[in-house]
Amino acid sequence: MLEKILQVNDLRIQFKSGKETVQPIRGVNFHVNRGETLGIVGESGCGKSVTSLSVMGLLPVKSSKIVSGEILFNNRDISRLNEKEFRKLRGNEISMIFQEPMTSLNPVFTIGEQLSEPLRQHKKMSKSETRKTIITVLKQVGLPRAEQIIDEYPHQLSGGMRQRVMISLALLCQPKLMIADEPTTALDVTIQAQILELLKDIKTKNDMSLMLITHDLSVVAEMCDRVVVMYAGEVVEEAEVNELFDRPLHPYTQGLMKSLPSNNERKSTLFSIQGQVPKPSEIKEGCVFANRCPFAFEKCLAETPPAFKKGEHISKCWLQEPALEEVKHSGEPSIVIS
Amino acid sequence: MTVNFPKVPHAANTQPLKSKKQSAVAAFFSNLMRSWTGMLGFLIIVLLLFISIFGQWIVPYDPLLADFGKKLLPPMTDGHLLGTDQLGRDIFSRIILGARISVIIGVTTVLIAGTFGTIVGIISGYFRGWIDVILMRIVDVQLSFPFILLVLVINAIIGTGLRNIIISLAIGGWVIFARVIRSEVLALREKEFIIASVATGVSRIGILFKHILPNLFTPIIILSSLQIGTYIIAEASVSFLGFGVQPPEPAWGNMLNEGKDYIFSSWWLITFPGIAIMFTALGVNLFGDWLRDTLDPELKGE
Amino acid sequence: MLDYVIKRLIQVVVVVLLALTVVFFLIRLSGDPTALFLPPDAPREQIEEFREKLGFNRPLHIQYGEFMVNAVQGDFGQSLRSREDALPIVLDRLPATFQLAISSLLLSLLIAIPLGVLSAFKRNSVFDRISVAFTVLGQAVPSFWLGLLLIYFFAAQLHILPSGGAGSVVHLILPMITLAAYSVARFTRFTRSTMLDVLRKDYIRTAKASGVPTFRLVGRYALKNSLIPIITLVALDLGTLLGGAVITEVVFAWPGIGRLLMQSLMNRDFPIVLAGVFIIALIYAVINFVADLLYAYVNPQIRVK
Repeated sequence: MLEKILQVNDLRIQFKSGKETVQPIRGVNFHVNRGETLGIVGESGCGKSVTSLSVMGLLPVKSSKIVSGEILFNNRDISRLNEKEFRKLRGNEISMIFQEPMTSLNPVFTIGEQLSEPLRQHKKMSKSETRKTIITVLKQVGLPRAEQIIDEYPHQLSGGMRQRVMISLALLCQPKLMIADEPTTALDVTIQAQILELLKDIKTKNDMSLMLITHDLSVVAEMCDRVVVMYAGEVVEEAEVNELFDRPLHPYTQGLMKSLPSNNERKSTLFSIQGQVPKPSEIKEGCVFANRCPFAFEKCLAETPPAFKKGEHISKCWLQEPALEEVKHSGEPSIVIS
Repeated sequence: MTVNFPKVPHAANTQPLKSKKQSAVAAFFSNLMRSWTGMLGFLIIVLLLFISIFGQWIVPYDPLLADFGKKLLPPMTDGHLLGTDQLGRDIFSRIILGARISVIIGVTTVLIAGTFGTIVGIISGYFRGWIDVILMRIVDVQLSFPFILLVLVINAIIGTGLRNIIISLAIGGWVIFARVIRSEVLALREKEFIIASVATGVSRIGILFKHILPNLFTPIIILSSLQIGTYIIAEASVSFLGFGVQPPEPAWGNMLNEGKDYIFSSWWLITFPGIAIMFTALGVNLFGDWLRDTLDPELKGE
Repeated sequence: MLDYVIKRLIQVVVVVLLALTVVFFLIRLSGDPTALFLPPDAPREQIEEFREKLGFNRPLHIQYGEFMVNAVQGDFGQSLRSREDALPIVLDRLPATFQLAISSLLLSLLIAIPLGVLSAFKRNSVFDRISVAFTVLGQAVPSFWLGLLLIYFFAAQLHILPSGGAGSVVHLILPMITLAAYSVARFTRFTRSTMLDVLRKDYIRTAKASGVPTFRLVGRYALKNSLIPIITLVALDLGTLLGGAVITEVVFAWPGIGRLLMQSLMNRDFPIVLAGVFIIALIYAVINFVADLLYAYVNPQIRVK
């Protein structure tokens, strides 16, 4: 059995705005093994960013609340830590890279001033040691002229360089878990590949786990060991990466795969999933995907499907109900749509 | 953060297009009901308008009538609600009529300064070129001189009185309109629908009237409502300094000016006109802030 | 950077010269002041002689040219009343105005910035609500009225502070509070909204994710980011402060430029008015210039270029 660095069990998060409350995260389960890269995939608004912020303890204090569930980091529940205890983890044992490198660095402080912050908070180091460490890490993320960059301001760097700075910020205290929230979405395509390569590289070298949040399946295929697919605040499928791409079980995952433009064939039209993601306030009984699912039947509208397990492959779809499996096998192969 | 909060449906959007005017008024009030500060401002303004229109019929005494036998009576004596001044005139009546002077000055100045400033702003922003450079230089220079001092100096030189204080305030005030409207026009010029109209061959004047002017309505309304308060306080300050509206006209500013000589004996002379100014400014500011936040959420805050 | 400094300095000069021009023509177009100094039934020759002596009978453009040439050299003529040189009279009053304006500015910044920061940080708390209510009210109270109220309470009723005049620190207290009140309200409100804005920024989240404690986050990071817009506002508001100083000086009989300007306007003593306008425009332009430099200093995006 692999050591689990992070376990999220039945997490429910509630947001309050005025008198209305919504639950953007409803019963999320997943885990990250030591040394692996877990991909979390889903459309914008599916709750993947909220989930990652909850692991960092960065949810807005007043308007959000973890209603139930637990977040185990190194077998310790961190979901109810107070601010002071969380601060010891942030940037130290768990760190995070954000989507927008252009706005995620403070424009009025030098790179060095900003990078010294995690060291200042978590390690006892002299000024010269701090500087030395920062330069080492800046070099490690492949920044040229690290000795100069340390005294420069963010606006003097390009987008790709800033994302490298962000990565080095997350790397400084050698965390056990790094969360990357769409780390390449805002970057040029050529730079995207470089940054992904860098993330892969530092993950292995520093022996840490990586939680990669993205909407881009090709990034997942490139980077991840295992994948969690999220839809409307729930985990609908979870599998090892090759298994998922070979045998997607949930109709939503299948739809996502089909909407990928393929390199091999030129289709006249791209596939897209019909309909809209339901808003958290609109979700009723039954399967969250039922309103867009081409295979939906009565049960899907009436009852919420549980997580069906086939070894390590988990999916939340009534089609995977063992009782139904038998019917399916007697009939024709079902889940091939065209 | 990519958390989407549920949006409260906008009142104007949820109503069917039965009667556009009716629903706009309804939306205005349902929006206003949601903000007690906006409502308070609105009520103060309504009250102010009411007493400035009907004031002459509700005053208990002739505000200009001196009665030396009854001078410096404290409030609530002899039927004088707020007391009398050094000439025995009823302070309550003078404050009521003073409201009218404040409203006339505030509104007229906004009309003059707003019209002139808007025209300059449109010319500057829409036609650009050398005329823009010249006009904006003038605006810059004027903005680099304190507004209240400018009004004071101009008023002192061209002379006092209601008409001249309005002229002075308008000369001091048009630049703000010119500056704001110009930047609005510049922003509008870059909007897709304007570029599209240019591409389809609509004339420059046609675009100006069809697309630019209607879109300036909101910023003009917001700015005007905020400026009225500034003008009313400025007038009161100038009148207080002995220029502006002259006695015996009951302007709140000159009432304070006359009252300050009796500060050691009769507190009511300096108290009530000041409260009147404060409430007026408060009402106009609250309403203006609410209007800005409602009509232009992007400007929210400052 | 040097280009920029030179460009701004030229602007300062242009602003001051234009201010003088406008006031000069306004004064001349509104009639000459001889009538004020001579009895209404003065013989024609006497009026002519007076005009001759003061140069009011020559063509306007020549008067203007001569005035400007003299003005740049600091010669605004003599006071029509006291027959002394106008500029030194004005400059004499400068320290008093500075004393009032600077102490008020410091007082308001000292109160407003911590108040605004705290208010933003404790958003929607009781403290925040009270502070917001206070700022809204503070912006509606005209300064001259506040001055009168303070005189009433502290001088007329309690007899603990003088109602006017100058000479000691005690005399400064009431005018300083009066002048600072509006700025305190405005700066507090602005600091709060700027701070709220900054606290929502991505880079604050980044700092949080690095484990920066809240106090340091607000006090070191967010405050430095907020300072840029705050400096801009303070610079813009210095004009209002100077304008307010004039009124405050009159209320408290504070012997500064404002009071002098007011008296000269009353007396139509135009050389002094012109010298006063010159000094005020100059101060204001220089303050704006300094604020721009300060702004560039705080904002590395401008500085490092």
